[in-house]
Amino acid sequence: MTPRYASRRRRNIVATALALSATLIGLGWLALILGSLLWQGFSGLSLAVFTQMTPPPGAQGGLLNPIIGSLMLTLLALAIGTPVGILAGTYMAEYGRYDRLTSVVRFINDILLSAPSIVIGLFIYEVMVAPMGHFSGWAGGVALAVLVIPVVVRTTEDMLTLVPNALREAATSIGLPRSLTIRHICYRAAQAGMITGVLLAVARISGETAPLLFTSLNNQFWSINLNAPIASLPVVIFQFALSPYKDWQSLAWSGALIITMAVLILSITARSLASTGKQS
Amino acid sequence: MDPTRGQSVADVTLPAGALISVKAATRARVLDRLRLGDIVFCQLTRAAAFGVLLLLSGVIVALVVGSLPALRTFGLSFLTTERWNPVTEKFGALAPIYGTLVTSFIAMLIAVPIGLMIAFFLTELCPQWLRRPIGIAIELLAGIPSIIYGIWGLFIFAPFLQGTLQPFLIATLGHVPGIAPLFSGPPYGIGMLTAGLILAIMVLPFATSISRDVFSAVPAVLKEAAYGVGCTTWEVARYVVLPYARVGVIGGVMLGLGRALGETMAVTFVIGNAHRVSASLLAPGTTISASIANEFTEAVGDLYTSSLIALGLILFVITFIVLAIARYMLMRIERRIG
Repeated sequence: MTPRYASRRRRNIVATALALSATLIGLGWLALILGSLLWQGFSGLSLAVFTQMTPPPGAQGGLLNPIIGSLMLTLLALAIGTPVGILAGTYMAEYGRYDRLTSVVRFINDILLSAPSIVIGLFIYEVMVAPMGHFSGWAGGVALAVLVIPVVVRTTEDMLTLVPNALREAATSIGLPRSLTIRHICYRAAQAGMITGVLLAVARISGETAPLLFTSLNNQFWSINLNAPIASLPVVIFQFALSPYKDWQSLAWSGALIITMAVLILSITARSLASTGKQS
Repeated sequence: MDPTRGQSVADVTLPAGALISVKAATRARVLDRLRLGDIVFCQLTRAAAFGVLLLLSGVIVALVVGSLPALRTFGLSFLTTERWNPVTEKFGALAPIYGTLVTSFIAMLIAVPIGLMIAFFLTELCPQWLRRPIGIAIELLAGIPSIIYGIWGLFIFAPFLQGTLQPFLIATLGHVPGIAPLFSGPPYGIGMLTAGLILAIMVLPFATSISRDVFSAVPAVLKEAAYGVGCTTWEVARYVVLPYARVGVIGGVMLGLGRALGETMAVTFVIGNAHRVSASLLAPGTTISASIANEFTEAVGDLYTSSLIALGLILFVITFIVLAIARYMLMRIERRIG
């Protein structure tokens, strides 16, 4: 074995070891975060967390109002964001596949997709909170909708582009108008992928805190009035975690555990849905 | 309207004329309705696509309008002043801009090599059956909401660093001439280094998944040719795969950078929110997004609010440029692969 050959071999072994340890670092970090989350979150988790209101410092309580608030904000965001996203994605994949407009929208949408969410919060503050004069659940829902739209646009466009043209031609040949072809043939063929997109969007917004800080703000009390400040899980976690009170901090951990579980279940569901959709 | 429109041969050959005209009229109505539905649906989708454009321009316009008072008062010196005093209403963005850039730089410095090595492992070394689970696990890191990183960083990671890594850095690198100021001062636990490390974990999945995708898109013949002339696995990765995938990797890195720059909650927890530019990486600092998140709801007075919005505008401009470059690079590699 020449020295040159030996050194190349050594280098290869070192690189392999580095790659392996990099992977272990990545996996270890995931295990570390999930582990400490489970450890800290489970100790505070009880039925009361789901049935009682947020407490004042030093008292017993739960996270019922932020959980309900988060659900309402998420539903509102989906109700606004999904139709807009699906329609825009439909235009890009069906009517204007080779348009100038489509390529511009695709570029802009990609920018929106990774734009800092706190900037979206500032934007909604400027256009909704400041003119209305008060923080409100509506503003929070719209802010989240702005985050939903790019995710849905992207997946809708991708999934509709995958639908084979033969399906469209067959539909057209039996005299189906274009809009019906899209709604009854293409949407059905792309269904699994489009639902995946919506699930991914839910996973993305359910942990979002920054855009809610100054749109829906927070509410210490039971309120389902969308025209007033409304509590949401992430904002409550933010507030409670930074507080000096031990019971608030432990509630924050429980809330963090709830959110993470919800997000992980959503993204795993979305992923398995996407892979079954590909097989069929 | 012509009642015979849409009439076909079959209709004409039917007996009983009255029936024909009724049928034809219904048919025409139905066809008209379908045609109308077609036009409405098409225009609706087009309007939604324009809506996406309007959204981005709306964001830009709102930020510019909101930050005008601050920009008019401070002018360009807003970018170069360190002072941030809500009481005397004197604001400058230097400390947040500095903090944003430094934390993102630390994050990229750590995440990019690790991400590339993981991608190298996943595409070249890992047994086939392990690839999917490891890939999914790494992507789960991207799925964890940023507030979770924040609370984890504050309660677990920062105290850990305060007790171990930071005293070690101060004791060793803190005495090396040249870089000593970077590691001076007491170990606070929270600070720029901690924020950078947390960001590194958050950026890692982006760097990994995009590098993995472009690595696996490298044509097998190239790799086989290199193996054929006797290259080691590492040499193939370093001198064949990496150069081929360079543009895509840079695109992925920029995408991760865009995320690191704008990341809010994770950083807000561990940065310490101190509006000053300090040489030491261990000192508390602030970033643009953390300043906005911490101070916006408490900001009193138009000038204070407007200064924070101006910070948001700066952040948006920086990320816009970074993301645009990233998209351009990724588009180039997609064109080459596809």
